Amino acid sequence: MDWGSILNNTAAGLLTPTTLAFALAALGLAMHFGFAGLLNFGIAGFMAVGAYGYAISVLTFGLPWWLGMIMGVVASVIFALILGIPTLRLRGDYLAIVTIAAAEILRLLFLTTAFEPVTGSADGLFGYNAAGGFAEANPFPVGDYGFGPWTYNEQTLWVLVFGLIVLSVAVFLLWALMRSPWGRVIKGIREDEDAVRALGKNVFAYKMQALVIGGVFGALGGIVLATSANVSPGIYVTSLTFFLWTALLLGGAATIFGPVLGSIIFWVLQAFLTNVLPALAESGILPVSGIQAATLRYVLVGLGLMLIVIYRPQGIFGDKREMTFVK
Amino acid sequence: MTFLSERSQALLKLLLVTFLAALLSFAGVSTSAQADAVGEEYEYGISGNVRLDGEPLAGVGISVSGGGYEAATVTGEDGKWYIGVPGGEGDEYLVKLDQETLPEGIAVTEGDGTANAVLGKAKPLIQNFFIGEGERVTVSMFDQIVARLIYGVNFGLMLGLAAVGLSLVFGTTGLSNFAHSEMVTFGAIAALVLGTLLQFPIWLAIPVAVLLSGAMGWALDAGLWKPLRKRGLALVQLMIVSIGLALAVRYIFQYFIGGGTEQLPGFGAPKITLFGSVALSQTDLISMAISITVILAFAWWLLKSKTGKATRAISDNADLAAASGIDVDKVIRTVWIISGALAGLAGVLWAYFRPGIKWDMGAQILLLIFAAVTLGGLGTAFGALLGSLVVGILVETSSLVIPADLKYVGALVVLIGILLFRPQGILGKKQRIG
Repeated sequence: MDWGSILNNTAAGLLTPTTLAFALAALGLAMHFGFAGLLNFGIAGFMAVGAYGYAISVLTFGLPWWLGMIMGVVASVIFALILGIPTLRLRGDYLAIVTIAAAEILRLLFLTTAFEPVTGSADGLFGYNAAGGFAEANPFPVGDYGFGPWTYNEQTLWVLVFGLIVLSVAVFLLWALMRSPWGRVIKGIREDEDAVRALGKNVFAYKMQALVIGGVFGALGGIVLATSANVSPGIYVTSLTFFLWTALLLGGAATIFGPVLGSIIFWVLQAFLTNVLPALAESGILPVSGIQAATLRYVLVGLGLMLIVIYRPQGIFGDKREMTFVK
Repeated sequence: MTFLSERSQALLKLLLVTFLAALLSFAGVSTSAQADAVGEEYEYGISGNVRLDGEPLAGVGISVSGGGYEAATVTGEDGKWYIGVPGGEGDEYLVKLDQETLPEGIAVTEGDGTANAVLGKAKPLIQNFFIGEGERVTVSMFDQIVARLIYGVNFGLMLGLAAVGLSLVFGTTGLSNFAHSEMVTFGAIAALVLGTLLQFPIWLAIPVAVLLSGAMGWALDAGLWKPLRKRGLALVQLMIVSIGLALAVRYIFQYFIGGGTEQLPGFGAPKITLFGSVALSQTDLISMAISITVILAFAWWLLKSKTGKATRAISDNADLAAASGIDVDKVIRTVWIISGALAGLAGVLWAYFRPGIKWDMGAQILLLIFAAVTLGGLGTAFGALLGSLVVGILVETSSLVIPADLKYVGALVVLIGILLFRPQGILGKKQRIG
């Protein structure tokens, strides 16, 4: 077993475009669930709207990359409004089922051959980073940067720096929002909707604002993911939503840095398991085939999600007093 | 509610529905504009060349289905088409040439425009049709609708088996069980292991698989849900636990049976023509008979038996039921066993309907089951049944109007639509939606 390369690959999982995209989307979920108490199980749909909005704006409408990304965000705002109007007055588990269904509807619409000229069907979309000028806007000259496991070429570095900037802005925004009077009302809604309503606040409007803001974070996650990989309907599946929930609950739903740290832990663990399980299988320590070893890590994600929710529902960095699971 | 006035909300609802409907109808219209090659990411594929007297025919619709996979394309300017398929050597696919898309007076001269293609070593497999002048055997719209309705009822009954269990569990414990889909898959895999690995005859394998599924429901309640209820976990926590469980179990299935599709014995039974061009296979007919029998038995149990009455009492008010001497834990245990057994049976029938057994086959219909339960009214068993029939018929008949790969979308749009106008569902009670 080559522990050197296993640890190297694990360390590389600390900072990848996927980790950053996950952190952004988990931040959106923290806004939805952790602070506003909205059970959004359609965060993959928000990511898909952002990513497809960006890619389609560039490829079909010929917009420059920055305008395309703004279009992706605008699309996610519209999606949040469409989703919120019928569901925000209903009980939590209804919202869960509707959001999961809405995300699946979106994925099927992106997957169908009927819209192939625009969406690329099962193949998805690619080449928009070059066509829209995102790749060209790279300020870094050609070369290798960084050290050890964190060595990147100029393209990856640009994607990472871009993602880090977006993530920092999002973290700052969420932090500022949650310590504002607006944030206190939102937390109040999570704890006791009727009490807030009795104080004369428009609960529906506050919830809608929270849904939109979190949705925009989710869309930004999708956009950051789209800057490094192709946009394809196979990415935005229900499992992605569940993985994001795992990352969120791991870090702590009602915290600012919890979603970010949770995403990092999730992907470092994934990178470690991806490397170590097949290696264990190969060296005969685990009596399984290579493919089975790769499947095992998803079993572990599921078990991990169960254990966190049962034994530490506030997450690693959460505060027990901040009741996330209101009965 | 000052954010939107009642009136403008109603208008928004209307706009939303119109928008979704427009989207769907647009999808239906634009099918003729697709490219001539689909599924090129798969290793294997089927291709052909549609010609009439040596001249290529463009725009002829071709579809391929099998193993739960469906794809369609139209021939290009050169008359050629290509459809990639996910299967491997030995897998069988049904290739269909849509005779409606042939020019006037032209038809497939041998056969009815469908062919079974078995993948071999050659990639891609060539499948051509003989085309010439002739009378086209057209399937009348009426026959198509009747056939789709029957398929829809079959699919709906199968969904209903799974949905009543989900609904009962929700009614008695408040849990939205996302792992219900894995109980569906479990039933099918149990039948597969018994039927092909242990060589049980199929009439024995299926009942044993259903019993095992019931045992699985019991084990889940005894080992997981009951202790968690005693710990006092919130409902949302329980729901997320069920999601974790669903993920874990789904990948455990993949771990054991791999990512491919397996068939149960008796798959591909000959079709029986009922009337006109409406034909059903033996398995379809048996499946419907089983569903109806089991659902009637279930209804009798729920309405007449003591435990059934107790179940309904707990759904209405658990505390009151406990106070009047009903052993709530015992009833919930029974509900889990029944829920598991019905889900397992639904899994076996779903395996014949798809056709094929796959590690995520249950997850594929989980949202439809939820749609059915919500449509009928969360927590009402007969509502779930009614909702299932509506969803099943809707899914099957909608593919007459919209592309086949969007047929689940219609049901999910209806799910959101029903929440706009009647959130408590068809048979639900208003106070449940809070």
